[in-house]
This record gives sequence, C-alpha cells and structure tokens, in this order.
Amino acid sequence: MAEQQTSTEYILHHLTHNRLHSEGAMANFHLDTFWVGLILGFIFVGIFGLVARKATDGVPGKLQNFVELIVEMVDTHIKDTFHGKSKVIGPLALTIFCWVFLMNAMDFFPVDLFPMIAQWVGVTFFGADPHHVYLRVVPTADVNQTFAMSLSVLVYIIGFSIKAKGLGGWIKELFTAPFHAEGTVGKVALLIPNFLFQLIELIAKPISLALRLFGNMYAGELLFILIALLPWWINWVLGTPWAIFHVLVVTLQAYVFMVLTIVYLSMAVEDH
Amino acid sequence: MEFNTSLIGQVITFALLVWFTMKVVWPPLTGMMEKRAQRIAEGLSAADRARQDLANAEKASADKLREAKASAAELVAQAEKRANQIIDEAKEKAKVEGERITAGAQAEITQQLEQARGVLRQQVASLALAGATKILQREIDAGKHAELLESIKAEL
Repeated sequence: MAEQQTSTEYILHHLTHNRLHSEGAMANFHLDTFWVGLILGFIFVGIFGLVARKATDGVPGKLQNFVELIVEMVDTHIKDTFHGKSKVIGPLALTIFCWVFLMNAMDFFPVDLFPMIAQWVGVTFFGADPHHVYLRVVPTADVNQTFAMSLSVLVYIIGFSIKAKGLGGWIKELFTAPFHAEGTVGKVALLIPNFLFQLIELIAKPISLALRLFGNMYAGELLFILIALLPWWINWVLGTPWAIFHVLVVTLQAYVFMVLTIVYLSMAVEDH
Repeated sequence: MEFNTSLIGQVITFALLVWFTMKVVWPPLTGMMEKRAQRIAEGLSAADRARQDLANAEKASADKLREAKASAAELVAQAEKRANQIIDEAKEKAKVEGERITAGAQAEITQQLEQARGVLRQQVASLALAGATKILQREIDAGKHAELLESIKAEL
C-alpha cells in the first residue's frame, strides 16, 4: 500500500475514520470506533460475566484469579477514596479500566494489519475502492470515544452530587463555594464568581479526562504510523522500544482514567 | 478532532457496558470475594480454636496421666502395706501356733512323764513289794498287810 502512496497519503489514510455517510441526524458516524469499541466491550463483559457466573469462593482458577486481581484493584481504590455508598461506582470504574485498556491495547496490533484485512474484505465482498476503505482500530484515539466516556462521567458526577446533597443543596453549593463571605452583600457579590469557578471546575473535569486519553493514544498511534513508514529492515529499531513503552502508556492511561473518575465522584459526594 | 454522532453512539455503548457490569459482573464477583474472605477468616479462627482445643486436650491428658500415676503409686503403696500387714499377721499367727504346739507337746510330755513316773512307781512298788516279800518270805500275808502295802506304794 505504501508503495503506491506518498507518505502523506499513507498517514492520512490511516487517520481517516470509516464513516457512515448518510444524510440528516446520523451523518458522519464513525463505524470503526463503534464496532471496535463494541466488540472489545463484549470481550470484556463476556470474559468477566463468564467468570462471575461460575465464580467460586473456593480455590479460584487462573482466569478467575486474574479477573479477581483486577476487580480487587478497582475495589481497593474505591474503598480508599470513595466514602459514600454507591452501587454504580464499582462497575463504572471497572468498565472504564477494562474497556479503555482493551481499546488502547489495539495499538499493539501492527498498524497495517486490520486496515489491510478491511481493505481485502471491502474490495472482495463489497466491491469498494481500496483507497476508500478506511479503518482506525484504536477507538480511544477518537475524540468521540473519549468524550463519550468523560461526558458520561460528568453526568455521574452531577448525579452523585445531587443524590448526596439534594438538588437544592447542589445548586446552593454552585453559588456559595469555593468563596465564602460574611453578610448578605458579600454573599450576593460572590454568587457570580463562585458560579463561574464551579462551572470551570465542572467542565474542566470531562475535558481533561477526555483530552488526556485522546492525546496519548492519538500520539501513540501516529508514532506507530510514522515508524511504519521506515524501511522494513530498520522498523524494529524504533518500533520495539515504542511498543514496549506503549505497554506502560496503555495501562497507565486506562488506570488514570479510572482513578480520576473515582476521585471526581468522591469529590462530588463530599461537601466543600 | 471532529465531533459527530459517534459521540452519542459511544455514550450508549458505554452506558450499556456499565449497566451490564453493574447487573451481571460486579455483584457476584465482589460478593464471592467477600464470601471467600469470610471463609478464610472462619478457617483461621477455626484453626485457632482447634489449636486451643489441642492445647486443652494435651493439658487434660497430662492431668489424667498424672492422676493415674498418683493413684497407681497409691495403690502400690497400699498393696505393700497390706502385704506387710499380712506377713506380720502370718508371723503372729505362726508364733501363736508354734507356742500352742509347744505348749501341747510340753503338756503331753509332762503327762507322759507323769504316766511313766506312775508306771515306774507302780513297778518300783511292786518290785519293792516283791523284794520285801522275798526278804520276809512267808511272814507277809497279802491280805493282812494290804493296808501297809498300800501306804508304802503311795509313799514311793
């Protein structure tokens, strides 16, 4: 593929999503992000659901042990950080960690492997033009994916706040914290600054969550694409160290997303 | 960077995954892990209890052993005492019996001596009478001198 293309074309091809081209509300839907994310999500819930179904409190098998290791890691974080009572925070954090990890880990497949398979499938079964079959296999290198999760987390943050403080309490806190004043005049004067600060704080959380993950994974993917432009015999010189380093990035980003979600949710239920 | 309807699609996928994890994955896993922790705690406390029981049993068996030893020693002492007593009694009995036998024998001896003496006396008397008769020859009339003879006999 690279032989017939210029480097720019090659890179652009790799950075173009497989879209659902249609008119109206569903225009520009990223099919690759959707399907890869969904399949990886099914892999996650499939494995964990299977283990959960036949989990034994006796001696665990290897897979159960591995699953328990992850669940216990997540659970320990929640118990250390989150002091409210919630049924959703554990599943939420576990889903984020595993799903993000799996999606990030798509980076480890050779950058051309899945696009070439897709091209072959597209050309063979759908008679598509090979240059217009696009596939990006790392859903977390798509802002839609990362913002989908971080905005969901924002909804949870607001929900947790309202549940812990009541709707009135939450709205009151929006206008009376972080700055406190004595007397009516001071309080009224601080309403607007307080609200602005709270708004910034609230909005900064999903944006930082989403952009941190997106930036890391996009940069990682781009570097793999650039490394793939090197001649095949020198590829490993950069590819191997970057892949090894990326093991750390992939795990760390999934972990950071999970930990920050737990931290934000525990901040949401605590009083200022 | 381009936002489009994918965002909504991924939100739905994410929500479904979280929901599924909440319903199917998380509760049984954490419940199972808690149950196992409880089982381990129970096992440990049972082990502690068993150790305590063992120590108690060892102590009890040692006590029993000591008691048995003490009672055995006591029995032996009693038996020894009894044996000594029996020996003493037997000795006493033997002594008494011996004395009795000795006394009986002595009495018999005395009796036989007396008898022999009587017989001897009789024989001496009859000898003396025979002698006197021989000396005096016809002068002695048995019938006339019977009184005299009797008194001599008695004196002998």
